[in-house]
Amino acid sequence: MGLFIPNPGTIFWMVIIFGIVLFILKKFAWKPILSALKDREESIAKALNSAEQARKEVEGLKEGNEKIIAEARIEKDIIIKEAINIKEKIIDEAKEKARLETEKNIEQARQQIQAEKTAAVNDIKKQVAELSVMIAEKVIKKELGNNGEQEKLVNGLVDDIKLN
Amino acid sequence: MWHLKIWMKTMLKTAKVFLIILALSIVNFVPLGAQHANEHISEEQETHTEESFNAGKFVIDHVSDAYDWHIASFGDKHISIPLPIILYSKNPDLHNGKGFHVFMSSKFHHGHSDYKGFRISHSEEFEGKIVELDAQGSEIGKPIDISITKTVAGIFASVVILFWIFLTVARNAKNNKGKAPSGLQNLFEPIIIFIRDEIAKEAIGEKEHERFMPFLLSLFFFILVNNFMGLIPIPPFGANVTGNIAVTMVLALFTFGVTTISGNKHYWKEIYNPDVPWWLKFPIPLMPIVELSGVITKPFVLMVRLYANMLAGHMIVTVFVSLIFIFTSLMGTAAGFGISPVSVAFSVFILLLDVLVSFIQAYVFTLLSALYFGMATSEHH
Repeated sequence: MGLFIPNPGTIFWMVIIFGIVLFILKKFAWKPILSALKDREESIAKALNSAEQARKEVEGLKEGNEKIIAEARIEKDIIIKEAINIKEKIIDEAKEKARLETEKNIEQARQQIQAEKTAAVNDIKKQVAELSVMIAEKVIKKELGNNGEQEKLVNGLVDDIKLN
Repeated sequence: MWHLKIWMKTMLKTAKVFLIILALSIVNFVPLGAQHANEHISEEQETHTEESFNAGKFVIDHVSDAYDWHIASFGDKHISIPLPIILYSKNPDLHNGKGFHVFMSSKFHHGHSDYKGFRISHSEEFEGKIVELDAQGSEIGKPIDISITKTVAGIFASVVILFWIFLTVARNAKNNKGKAPSGLQNLFEPIIIFIRDEIAKEAIGEKEHERFMPFLLSLFFFILVNNFMGLIPIPPFGANVTGNIAVTMVLALFTFGVTTISGNKHYWKEIYNPDVPWWLKFPIPLMPIVELSGVITKPFVLMVRLYANMLAGHMIVTVFVSLIFIFTSLMGTAAGFGISPVSVAFSVFILLLDVLVSFIQAYVFTLLSALYFGMATSEHH
């Protein structure tokens, strides 16, 4: 058979066979293969994207965490400061209260002492008066053993009353 | 990197199998031809009228199409696979009243006898073709001949392999959805991705390439599988399919057809009314003629390139093998034995070169087809 002249029979079969090959491979081979390839590429791209996103999110979280920690630290400082203030205030108040209480106590004690003192002095006065009366009685009893003396005393007393 | 490694591994495995087949086939090849030569020598010694080993005929017979698939000859005994002959004759009265004939090629006894008024011609005009005979037994012309010749049988075999490979790959792809590829899928996916990314996307563009992908992939793997099968000289391989001009013509016509169908307004405008000075278009439409001839030339070049490359590869291998018999018939058996290591070495070298050429030609045919599709679908640039 001639090498350089295409044989019509071969052309006939080749058109039919290659047509069938094109049809069957397109439908049953290339479609699933290409779609599988595309799906895989897309899923890989998606996975990479989501990984990148996750990385960014983690970075964001980290930043947020740091911010939160910093805020917490500031708040802590504020709280501590406030606590110190409150403590000092409480101590001061307590001191003040204690002082006032003490003063009150002291005052009371002083008043009591005063009262006691007054009472004691009065008591002493009373006793002194009684003693004086007693002594005067005894003296008078002794002196007024005789009438002259009695007269003299009465006169003297009368004189004193006059003076007053 | 990891993917490439696995690919290389699978490739090496395939290459090993291929080399073993190659080695076997060369062993097969040599005694086959040697028998041929010896036959001639013995005849020569006896009659001295028979020609010595005809290298030209040997080579041409090996690359030509045939009605049966020759495997080996032992002396006068030819072993070959008979193939169906399908004929339609316009003169049914010459063939027992029937116009349509289907029979096996073994009925011709390797071209030695006629059958039902048909004959494999030995005349100069119809050499090797089936001709009709008139009542006196003289050749009157060719019937319509759609026989399953060696080439067509080779195409069928390659299609079986093509289907087997890619339906398996497709099944793998379906089963492995969302998982890592496995098996045959691993071997072919990188090639498919290469065709998509380096050929289709580059030549046609991101937007349009998808609808040409099935055609380009089918084209590439059809050519590649047939190129490789042509290198293995054991049936059902070894038919010179891509080195047959009818086959490459149909492939080129398909590319031409797809280009023409998908040609957009811009493509046709570039052909019939390109942006050149008016005097190149009127009164003689010089540029349109040049452009139109380009449209015809493109598929023609595709056809000739693939055909010539594959044919030449097959021929050179056969020539190197036939060197043994040329030397034998010229200088005796010893010279034939002496030259055989050299010719086997050269044959192996050329076969390995042909492996490379098989890849390159499949690639080039696909790339150029993609470029033509790209031209047909491109917008203003």
